[in-house]
Amino acid sequence: MQSIAKRSLAIGSALATITTSGAFADLQFDMTPGVTEISQQVFDMHRTMLWWCVAIGVVVFGAMFYSMIKHRKSKGYKASQFHESTAVEVVWTIVPFIILILMAIPATKVLIEMNDTRDSALTVKITGSQWKWHYEYLEWEGKGSPGVDYYSVLSTPSEEIMRPIRASGLFPKNTAQDSYRPDGQYPAQNELYKQDVDKPLVIPTGRKVRFLITSDDVIHSWWVPDFAVKRDAIPGFINELWTQVPEGKEGIYRGQCAELCGKDHAFMPVVVDARSPEEFEQWLADAREAQQAEALAAASSLDKTFTKDELMAEGEKAYLARCSACHQANGQGLPPTFPSLVGSAIATGPVADHIDIVNNGKNAMPGFSAMLTPKEIAAIVTYERNAWGNTPSDGVDVVQPRDVAK
Amino acid sequence: MGEHHGPMKGVKRWILATNHKDIGAMYLWFSFIMFLTGGFLAMIIRAELMYPGLQLVDPNFFNQMTTTHGLIMVFGAVMPAFVGLANYMVPLMIGAPDMALPRLNNWSFWILPFAFSLLIIAIIQSFLGIADAPNFGWTFYAPLSTKYGPASTDFFIFSVHLMGISSIMGAVNVIVTIFNLRAPGMTLMKMPLFVWTWLITAFLLIAVMPVLAGAVTMMLTDRHFGTSFFDAAGGGDPVLFQHIFWFFGHPEVYIMILPAFGIVSAIIPTFARKPLFGYASMVYATASIAFLSFVVWAHHMFTVGLPLAGNLFYMYMTMLIAVPTGVKVFNWVATMWRGSISFEVPMMFAIAFVILFTIGGFSGLMLAITPVDQQYHDTYFVVAHFHYVLVSGAVFSIIAGVYYWLPKWTGRMYNVGLAKLHFWSSLIFVNLLFFPMHFVGLAGMPRRYSDYSLQFADFNWWISIGGFGFGLSQLILLWILIDICFRKKGEAVSDQVWDGADGLEWTLPSPAPYHSFSTPPVVK
Ligand code: HEC
Ligand code: HEM
Ligand SMILES: [Cu+2]
Ligand SMILES: [Cu+2]
Repeated sequence: MQSIAKRSLAIGSALATITTSGAFADLQFDMTPGVTEISQQVFDMHRTMLWWCVAIGVVVFGAMFYSMIKHRKSKGYKASQFHESTAVEVVWTIVPFIILILMAIPATKVLIEMNDTRDSALTVKITGSQWKWHYEYLEWEGKGSPGVDYYSVLSTPSEEIMRPIRASGLFPKNTAQDSYRPDGQYPAQNELYKQDVDKPLVIPTGRKVRFLITSDDVIHSWWVPDFAVKRDAIPGFINELWTQVPEGKEGIYRGQCAELCGKDHAFMPVVVDARSPEEFEQWLADAREAQQAEALAAASSLDKTFTKDELMAEGEKAYLARCSACHQANGQGLPPTFPSLVGSAIATGPVADHIDIVNNGKNAMPGFSAMLTPKEIAAIVTYERNAWGNTPSDGVDVVQPRDVAK
Repeated sequence: MGEHHGPMKGVKRWILATNHKDIGAMYLWFSFIMFLTGGFLAMIIRAELMYPGLQLVDPNFFNQMTTTHGLIMVFGAVMPAFVGLANYMVPLMIGAPDMALPRLNNWSFWILPFAFSLLIIAIIQSFLGIADAPNFGWTFYAPLSTKYGPASTDFFIFSVHLMGISSIMGAVNVIVTIFNLRAPGMTLMKMPLFVWTWLITAFLLIAVMPVLAGAVTMMLTDRHFGTSFFDAAGGGDPVLFQHIFWFFGHPEVYIMILPAFGIVSAIIPTFARKPLFGYASMVYATASIAFLSFVVWAHHMFTVGLPLAGNLFYMYMTMLIAVPTGVKVFNWVATMWRGSISFEVPMMFAIAFVILFTIGGFSGLMLAITPVDQQYHDTYFVVAHFHYVLVSGAVFSIIAGVYYWLPKWTGRMYNVGLAKLHFWSSLIFVNLLFFPMHFVGLAGMPRRYSDYSLQFADFNWWISIGGFGFGLSQLILLWILIDICFRKKGEAVSDQVWDGADGLEWTLPSPAPYHSFSTPPVVK
């Protein structure tokens, strides 16, 4: 018996050294306490529950192991025949019940607090769609809409993601062949691999921020662990929730989509940039100006005529950023869900149909007129009509911004 | 045998089977094949997740693997295994000559291969790159499964309908058998706990399988007949889908665990050589769990934005269901306490069940606390939770039951050395596989992810190693079963088989004759 105790002590301390030594130093075993008051309370509750479970586990498993060691037939232990005890049974029904009540009280308090979305300084509408987030600033300090909105998309380059081990690409549709490297030397994944976006959501610290969450297509879920905020984005519903990052906790906070939303569910991260109220004001003003300038540029692009080369270059870039998730970089799509654009009846057919589907979408194909400028759409359409050996049957191989806006 | 005849010859014996032992055996083999199939799909998932980045499969295919793995394991492996055990054991335990409705029994089994062929055809098409298999998760939330579902969704809908019919007929048969064919003197409160848990499970099945059928039918009409049950644009409601699904889904998880409680309650007393502690409270606990399982469904929906009162209600009810579950665990421990314990293979699996299921219960309790669940929800923490209750819970109990009754079925003892190897390798790998999932989940890795960021890489590598190890360990079981069932290896056993075993099934010869209890035994 003693040797067993000694040995388990030795194993325990060995494990403790391993877990605290360098090898495991950067592994995260537990939930983050986060940075907000709510997330701290949620974390504390999680820890309390965990310790209750450990304590109950020690008692229950302790009794089991004691019995397995002491009360064994091989030791000649004779079985007692008791099989009932009302007193004991009442105790172990009542005691867990009391423990549960103890746990329900703080949980109820926090839940009530989490539901109180009153008195917010900033309101942001968040719309999920396959596979990006749209942020729309609706209201800032009672001054009405700041007129800022933008999309936030994964910025990890596909060379870091696609690492097929077969020359024919990823099973079974043989995608990503182009990324295959026979020597197996794929580019290193940077430390923000799959966690970074082109434009993060910017919010002020020290102010209550209210989010209105919805979706354009399937259900997504917007999650930032450091704020203990997770809510489903449901088409046709608007969910409300809030957070308040304390002043002094400015920084970048990362989260992810938490509800299965189709193929690239794993590739729509959430990034929040919390800034001091002054910096936020400044950012908001700059963002509004930039957006107005963009609108002006878009309007003036309608009068301009671009060369095919210009459009092809911009089109390729925009296509890879916005369309390749579904239609693939080589245009071959993932039939039957995502059609191939190579020689497709629409991408090489009458230009009006082609522009229409990109502007307005169709079934599972999202419309892009709100998300991209006419120039970007013109560039993409031009690109699709000429790339991958496509030749338009109607002879229209260059599309200008004004054609798109018609 | 008098006017009775033995089994028919050749394949007719199986196709026209009405004998509960034949049908039970077919259910069990069917379930084992599905278990290996679903396991194979899981190996693909773990292979892709071994390293960050996409190395093997395209993410859409990945989603198809998680979906079909879940569906096959729940509906193809765990449920039919319990129905198989019920078919084989309930008549033997209550002293009945057969199931009450033998032809219905035949039908409810033979629907299953057709139901699963539909699903497997979809999977094969997907492997061949012809068409996508269902890719919306085993919970098939609308609108991902309706407006955005692949063509094979219709195969899936039909397949679920067939499974539902099969389950309902199986459940009806169990209820009728238990109510009508008990041997004289076998009062309800004398029934073995496995019979009790199955009786309650059968009522759950009858209550919720029609709800599932309703859900898939609404999907079908949404997809093809212009209705908008789940489409907000047409005045419908995607959240309604989740309510209907989980009204089925939560009782469903108890359908997969109550019979397990029954099996373990048979095995532990045998090898502790001591009667089950608190028989009556076990029965009442089972009944209360079944009852409460109808009022906790929205704990799967704590992030959909239910009203505060709703979230609170479902939190309290879910916490409450932990009480009767706790009672069961305490009763098993009390049964072992001051027993005369020996560690035969069924007992090893039963003890592992109690410990690991309890760990799954602990994480379940944590998941019940709404504000914290909103952090856990849809992460690997949930995946860890339900695999602890389903794999080291339900599946371990099934394996324990097979090792317990196999000698009675075949009349021979299986290869005990190999069975112990199977136990230890399953035990070690199941924990290597599922325990670290708690860590990655808490650290923030969502479930149903085809790829993850770098901070999760180390644990995921170990999880995959555990996965391959656990998968390979099950081939040991395959060999043990082939060895004893087809190669007819193993030493003959006595009628009693286990010295501490109690119950009518052990009064029969080993192997149990093709027709048993043609004259009912009398229970004192
Ligand atoms: C979320 C996935 C997705 C994205 C992103 C996407 N598409 Fe599509 N696309 C589809 C689907 C699905 C269809 C088929 C729609 C239908 O016919 O039901 C489609 C169809 C098309 C077609 C018609 C093809 C044919 O022959 O039927 C064109 C052209 C097209 N998309 C262009 C684009 C462009 C340009 C972009 C980027 C600006 C883009 N798509 C981005 C999913 C997508
Ligand atoms: C008894 C056997 C049990 C089984 C078979 C089981 C099975 C499952 C499954 C399959 C899920 C995942 C649902 C999904 O796809 O998201 C789940 C989640 C959950 N389980 Fe269990 N469970 C069991 C016991 C318990 C117990 C005892 C509790 C609480 C006391 C519990 C509480 C929960 C909660 C709250 C969730 C929701 C988690 C979330 O989605 O965030 N479960 N369970
Ligand atoms: Cu998602
Ligand atoms: Cu449930």
